[in-house]
Amino acid sequence: MPVVFERTRGLTEKEFHFCPGCTHGVIHRLVAEVLEEMNELGNTVGVAPVGCSVLSYQYFNCDMHEAAHGRAPAMATGIKRVLPDRMVFAYQGDGDLASIGTAEIIHAAGRGEKITVIFVNNAIYGMTGGQMAPTTLAGQRTTTSPLGRDPRQVGFPLRVSEMLATIDGAAFIERTSVHDPAHIRKTKKAIRNAFECQKANQGFSMVEILSTCPTNWGMSPLESLDWVKETMMPYYPLGNFRRPEAVTVSGASGGGHA
Amino acid sequence: MNQTMNKVLMKGNEAIAQAAIHGGCRYFFGYPITPQNEIPEYMAREMPKVGGVFLQAESEVAAINMVYGAAGAGARVMTSSSSPGIALKQEGISYIVGSEVPCVIVNISRGGPGLGGIQPAQSDYYQSTRGGGNGDYNFIVFAPANIQEAADLTAEAFEIADYYRNPVMVLGDGMIGQMMEPVVFRDTPKRELQPKDWATTGTGGVRAPNIINSLHLQPADLEKHNEHLQAKFRLMRENEARSESYQTADAEFVFVAYGTSARIVRNVVDELRERGVKAGLIRPITLWPFPVVAFKELPDTVRGVMSVEMSCGQMVDDVRLALNGRFPVGFHGRSGGMVPSQQEIIEACLDMLKEVE
Ligand SMILES: Cc1ncc(C[n+]2csc(CCOP(=O)(O)OP(=O)(O)O)c2C)c(N)n1
Repeated sequence: MPVVFERTRGLTEKEFHFCPGCTHGVIHRLVAEVLEEMNELGNTVGVAPVGCSVLSYQYFNCDMHEAAHGRAPAMATGIKRVLPDRMVFAYQGDGDLASIGTAEIIHAAGRGEKITVIFVNNAIYGMTGGQMAPTTLAGQRTTTSPLGRDPRQVGFPLRVSEMLATIDGAAFIERTSVHDPAHIRKTKKAIRNAFECQKANQGFSMVEILSTCPTNWGMSPLESLDWVKETMMPYYPLGNFRRPEAVTVSGASGGGHA
Repeated sequence: MNQTMNKVLMKGNEAIAQAAIHGGCRYFFGYPITPQNEIPEYMAREMPKVGGVFLQAESEVAAINMVYGAAGAGARVMTSSSSPGIALKQEGISYIVGSEVPCVIVNISRGGPGLGGIQPAQSDYYQSTRGGGNGDYNFIVFAPANIQEAADLTAEAFEIADYYRNPVMVLGDGMIGQMMEPVVFRDTPKRELQPKDWATTGTGGVRAPNIINSLHLQPADLEKHNEHLQAKFRLMRENEARSESYQTADAEFVFVAYGTSARIVRNVVDELRERGVKAGLIRPITLWPFPVVAFKELPDTVRGVMSVEMSCGQMVDDVRLALNGRFPVGFHGRSGGMVPSQQEIIEACLDMLKEVE
């Protein structure tokens, strides 16, 4: 029988621990597939964050580091400076990247650090039990914004891709979503483009991926997918925010230009 | 090699930077802070000449995590800072010990707490030897008292860090960092080192992935990991403690002092001896492990021991622990960047001798 589908070699045999309906697993798979298809698995060093994806060093089938909370871009910088011909990526949540690690991500982008960041925005702190994140939407209830986030009291949700796109060291910045198969395919293209950008030494690359957290959002997996589309996407528009002229490996991956 | 030919007059900070390069360091990540700025400045100038990398990080937090990444990737790597910056590095240092990667951290310390001042101080003794970060951990802390020693210990620190897969700290103060003395970059004592087959250099498709990690979610696993780390720390305690004993064989009064204050106390010992007081000095060269053997070797003629520090009294705790009640222990210290004078130390000694009469 012909093989029509198989496990990517980019992932280990280890079973994911993610909750039902969480899209961290989908995103892991996309990153793994891209690295496998680029034939870079043996040439890659990844950095896992602190957050729900803390154990991703057990899932990705390549050399891995486990960083302190928010420090993945600094750690990836250290690795890449030692091994400039290896692929180096950091996988980070929104608390990790956009709150405690804001300085590290901005300056990694500022230096044009030749790393790829996979930024999983689920608008909440998943691992610690559903507290407010810097990306939590106005009105969104979390365990530390029980009446809904009130921007006048606790500020506005950060649009990280738009922010980083103002930085000249950032070569490739794109926001995608994984709420349906078409967007999953687009996300994969964006991830591919980001890694191609790194391979071509073009500078810092990041893909922000809108992701679900049914457990802490208090929704079913299906409701969560709808919530991404209907509630997150209007505030976090999908699209490419920055790309080098030269990189068109997988064709246009994003939607419109923001 | 004719060593006198290669003797150069150098500022402490620059000698430390050059010694690091001499010791094989090829990656440096740091953030400016007085009084250690000559170290990153020297690295910025010299690292590219030896094919190395100097990178100014956005903060000490980022710098230590760059070190963490580079060390995990198998490099000889260093960071330097001064007290408030070292405070920010504590998180990273704890992770680095937990993940068992080697690196060298230089602290050219200054007075505190808080922003404190920029003059020489020894008030980071607790921070260095007790571990400012979380968890049960230790690392070797070298406390050089002159520029030659600072250079020798810095170069050797890389060998020792690699040997144990644990960070090594070189702790100086503004005096050590800023003053100039002649220095020779001589051969570094070598250790038998294992290849870094744990480093994350890419699997190349030929081996299982290497993982640099300090997370152990199962209590039994974490305890086992801690026992493994403790076994390393025990080895360091047994094998790495260093000190210099000066005039202690017949001493009736023994000072304990390290770094800059040890230089002053050495003169005090000579002066007291001229005056007929049999004084001596134990100078810890490693602050951790604390050189307890030097204290065990003290003769029974001793009537009092005094820790002299440029702090409000930190190392004195270790002196008491090392002596375990055998002799009365006193303390004389200045803080805030004030340096104790020979005269005031002599008076403190004579006062204590009267007291223990
Ligand atoms: C220094 C530090 N502060 C806080 C924590 C606790 N903590 C663990 S994960 C996390 C938030 C993770 O949220 P996010 O980055 O959004 O990732 P997610 O879990 O949602 O995937 C926090 C605050 C920690 N481990 N270390």
